[in-house]
Amino acid sequence: MNSELLLQGIASGLLIGGVYALVAIGLTLVYGVLNIINFAHGALLVVGMYASYFLFTYFGIDPYLSVFVVIPLLFIIGALSQKIVINPLMNAPAHICVFVTIGLGYFLENFLAFAWSPEYRNIEVSYARSILSLGEVTIPVTRLVTFALAVFLTLALYLFLKKTDIGKAIRACAQEKDAAVLMGIDTKKIFAITFGIGAACAGAAGAFILPFFYLGPYVGHTFLLTAFIVVVFGSMGNFWGAFLAGLIIGLGESIGEIFLPSAMKEVVSLSIFIIVLFFRPAGLMGQPR
Amino acid sequence: MKPTTLYFSFSKILILVAFLFLLSLPFYTGSYILHVVIMILFFGYLGACWNILAGYAGQISLGHAIFLGAGAYTSTVLFLKAGVSPWIGMWAGGISGMLLGLFVGYLTFRYGLKGHYFILATLAFGAITKVIALNVEKIGAAQGLIIPFKASFANFQFVGKTFYYYYILFMVVGIVLICTAIERSRFGQILMAIREDEDAAESLGVNIFRYKLFAMIISSFLTALAGTFYAFYIGYIHPDTLFTPFLSIQITLIPITGGMGSVFGPIVGSFILSPVSEITRGFLGKFSGLHLMVWGLIIMLIVILIPRGIIVELQHYFRKPRPKPLERSLT
Repeated sequence: MNSELLLQGIASGLLIGGVYALVAIGLTLVYGVLNIINFAHGALLVVGMYASYFLFTYFGIDPYLSVFVVIPLLFIIGALSQKIVINPLMNAPAHICVFVTIGLGYFLENFLAFAWSPEYRNIEVSYARSILSLGEVTIPVTRLVTFALAVFLTLALYLFLKKTDIGKAIRACAQEKDAAVLMGIDTKKIFAITFGIGAACAGAAGAFILPFFYLGPYVGHTFLLTAFIVVVFGSMGNFWGAFLAGLIIGLGESIGEIFLPSAMKEVVSLSIFIIVLFFRPAGLMGQPR
Repeated sequence: MKPTTLYFSFSKILILVAFLFLLSLPFYTGSYILHVVIMILFFGYLGACWNILAGYAGQISLGHAIFLGAGAYTSTVLFLKAGVSPWIGMWAGGISGMLLGLFVGYLTFRYGLKGHYFILATLAFGAITKVIALNVEKIGAAQGLIIPFKASFANFQFVGKTFYYYYILFMVVGIVLICTAIERSRFGQILMAIREDEDAAESLGVNIFRYKLFAMIISSFLTALAGTFYAFYIGYIHPDTLFTPFLSIQITLIPITGGMGSVFGPIVGSFILSPVSEITRGFLGKFSGLHLMVWGLIIMLIVILIPRGIIVELQHYFRKPRPKPLERSLT
């Protein structure tokens, strides 16, 4: 074991952690406002990947630029799904909403499998093989750009929630729904918008990882599981908690990959998860009970 | 006659007719139909086991497949490596599933993980068990385990499906009786009190940790008991079919369709859901993904249209004076 390998592991872990953070922020936002665990989040990420894939193969649009299409598209898909399948159940027991999102996830994934076959594909961008050397550590440019964009989007979302009227209304709903209604906030609209934003986060993350990740209708499952771990680790509903936990889980996975056989990679993050549940079930940012 | 008594006697007759029908089924059906009904009863049984923890105690587990897998793997490994008869192995399997349930339950309930946290924790335990099972060479890892077919009573292997059919029917009758006993007992009443309001139950002096753990133990033991049946009926076990979250979710959907927290809900749910999935697979299976897409659509429709399940909705319809409040009890 040399320090070079470890540094390399840390670098690539942090970089993929940025993507995990973006995926998890969408999930934690939906949880915080709608009080729903969105099991369709992984499927929405894959929808984003497919949209970006087709924009690249048919129109030659760079995956990083495709977010200008992917984000609005996923926002609309998310908001519509919320209006059609989740809104009727907003007052039902919490677990019922879990199952409706599971159904939504199956539907979206298998729609992709049905329409474009369940084969794995990938794209080849011109800069796929360019690397950046920092001393002994080499970083693929794609990973770096993806990380930078994921962090940029996270910051943009934070500012949106902090500064705009809709953002303030979303945060009001997260804090106290009944009071938000009394203040004249149209909570139904806010719920749809929030779910749309969550879907857009997943879709954007899907487009960002496309340059270095293979594509298939069911690749969202691993990301979904990781996102769940990140969300719980960073305290459910906590924006910066999810961001920080995303980086930590990315780091943990990539360092674990050095020590363990690659098939056991998932064990690292799942073990972190169980340890968190053991010692700090409220997560990084939560109040210990 | 008052409408309530009418409903009760009607449902009793219905149950009796259905049971007699099931009892005589092997005499006039072919082996394909029998296989379909065996799987329906098997999933109904699993749904009923899950229902003890989820329907009565209100703890939604999305990792129940690991208990089934633990039971199947224990008895299969004992049979293949030590020649232990599955009739003994099934109890060992049940106990190993129960220990796993005890472990998961102890960790999660000790810190009062409830609602969403419990759902995610059980999902994570399911996922980690699958990864471990896929990597342990001693239990076949990613190759799975094949049980060579040698028909004999001691081997729990039989020519034809009739024996398996009556065996699983016997287990379903058993679980129905167990659930009825639980529902009518003080224990069941306390579980339902925990489901409705954990804090209120605790303030009345109920040790909710102990009761939830007990529900978990019963549920995981009974689930694991069926693992042996599955392994020796199918003759092949693999982490991808036994430890997958997909199976866990499939198990949960059955009581959700039929009615959570009711004795016959899971059985009825299985008789509705399993044929639907069998038919969609039969007609649409040649288009990859299409039948699962329809499946997703059906799940959404069921959850939106009958969120409390068919049995509970029907009870609600026939017994107007006792409505069950539909509220967020798990948040």
